[in-house]
Amino acid sequence: MRNPFALPPMPPWMERPTALGRATKGVALTIVCVLVLYPFVLAVGTSLAGADELRAAGGWVLIPKAPTLEAYQVLLSGGVVTKAAMVTVGVTVIGTALSMIATIMLAYGTSRPGALGSRPIVIMMLGTFLFAPGIIPSFLMVQQLGLLDTYAALVVPVLINAFNVIVVRQFFMSVPGELLDAARMDGATDMVILRRVILPLSKAVLAVVGLFYAVSYWNAFFNAQLYVQSDKYPLQMILRGYIIDAGEMNAGDLGIAHLPPGQAIKMAVLVCAVAPIVCVYPFLQKYFVKGVLTGAIKG
Amino acid sequence: MTTVESAVRTSDGRRRTGDDARGKRAGRWRKDRTLLFLALPGALYFVLFFYIPLLGNVVAFQDYAPFLGFTGSAFVGFDNFVGMLQDDTFWRAVGKTLEVTLLQLVLYFPAPLALALLLHGMLGTKLKRFVQTVVYLPHFMSWVIVVVMFQQVFGGAGALNMFLRQNDLSILNIMNNPDSFTLLLTSQVIWKDCGWGTIMFLAALVAVDQNLYEAAAVDGGGRWRRLWHVTLPGIRPVLLMLFILRLGDILSVGFEQILLQRRFVGPNASEVIDTYVYYNGMIDGNWGVSTAAGLMKGILGALLMYGANKLAHRFGEQGVYSR
Repeated sequence: MRNPFALPPMPPWMERPTALGRATKGVALTIVCVLVLYPFVLAVGTSLAGADELRAAGGWVLIPKAPTLEAYQVLLSGGVVTKAAMVTVGVTVIGTALSMIATIMLAYGTSRPGALGSRPIVIMMLGTFLFAPGIIPSFLMVQQLGLLDTYAALVVPVLINAFNVIVVRQFFMSVPGELLDAARMDGATDMVILRRVILPLSKAVLAVVGLFYAVSYWNAFFNAQLYVQSDKYPLQMILRGYIIDAGEMNAGDLGIAHLPPGQAIKMAVLVCAVAPIVCVYPFLQKYFVKGVLTGAIKG
Repeated sequence: MTTVESAVRTSDGRRRTGDDARGKRAGRWRKDRTLLFLALPGALYFVLFFYIPLLGNVVAFQDYAPFLGFTGSAFVGFDNFVGMLQDDTFWRAVGKTLEVTLLQLVLYFPAPLALALLLHGMLGTKLKRFVQTVVYLPHFMSWVIVVVMFQQVFGGAGALNMFLRQNDLSILNIMNNPDSFTLLLTSQVIWKDCGWGTIMFLAALVAVDQNLYEAAAVDGGGRWRRLWHVTLPGIRPVLLMLFILRLGDILSVGFEQILLQRRFVGPNASEVIDTYVYYNGMIDGNWGVSTAAGLMKGILGALLMYGANKLAHRFGEQGVYSR
């Protein structure tokens, strides 16, 4: 196997880096990585630790000696956290699906330059970058539509993100015109072209935009605080209530009598809220650069 | 044969658009209606959740009462704005907002550039990919999670204080300290988004003309001179663009982030314009004054963005949008 620390090929005029320089750089990057990863590892370690070990260690364990899944079993045995996790998963799955459909429709509908009505719609989208309507008018709109205290309020008000539409549209427009002409010659309608030509070519950008939507649904808490009652709270609001605000979780809420260490449970909730993102995102990472940069090109 | 001809004409029309925009409305309707139908629901969304709420800002000029609605509430002209300007809390929020923005410009703005320079070159590609995966990760965490993470490390019962206590050192109050709250906010922003911010810079660094480096090296320019005379000028457009975007955002600082931690340090240390709008309006029911503050903020932000962009054009740079 190749040495991962080997230098990439260098042009002849470039100075060879000194050992000291490389060491400094290595140390700096290691520190950065540790600063990022430490809280994650700390949360996982503590969530897996047993009661005695946690008490002996003073509340935090980086690497448990005798890992136990007790805390997770408590969480999954029903109660508030299970319910909230289901809300979050449901909102994320349904929301992402709806958002992707709406985004693709809007992006494709405005992707042919000069098409009837596409210009005003594009200007409308770009306008959203300039102003934000503000919390209060948005709240009043949701109220008028009768969406208060419904699960729909967690999806509909944030259904489409103009930035994502621009990214997807930019990509659709970069599909060579010859390809579309060829399809049209074979008698394909606009819908067929979208399904059979454009979408298969756009898998990468759609994956990135899908991830952006999924992450924003998964992470949203303020809309829940604003629009719904506590029985419809997603996981993020539970995290907020039990860990940031209140501290200790009580056994009654979790629906059990015997309570393992609160610390481990709290960290288990945190791990549940983080794990899906940590698991999915590295696979999509290689597409990020493309997605982020396409959006940055002047619309 | 006719099919081919008509197909060629369509393909031609696709390019030529604009010229024939005036004539043949009916033809365009037939040609484009599928696309129009696809775009309409999205357009409706923006009207419903963006443009109509934007109109909802008339509340700023009303003595708004929720049970009377937009139509029933009395118009009061600029009274709400006067009320806002006479409110000490508002001015404290403005001051705090600018304080946070300034600190973030100084500490957070250069951080991704430094990290990008550190990442650029030198490392083998595999290792570089790994480091990138790690540093991008916090960007995908919600503010709730970021605050929880900071709490578990720096909180009163956190890991750092556990360590200090076990070694008979005095405890550090980081999460609940109003005096250093701005610094705490900034370090949270850096933890979350510094890595993500490198994406733009790394792409810009790759795009710098390699021949310039070679020419500079041949002329005797060392590593630091090349950084100063080749790299930084090479990425100036990107730097400027990000700076302008930041200027447009100068009045919005971490609403969710502050909302979550307001309890710990009290409103005096944490109230910024966005939280003022929320607490004063939604919670305390001063709808008119709060909406006025929000509207003022939106207009100022758009003006700042526009002005900064104009300035960029004046200096011969591209800015965020051309024209």
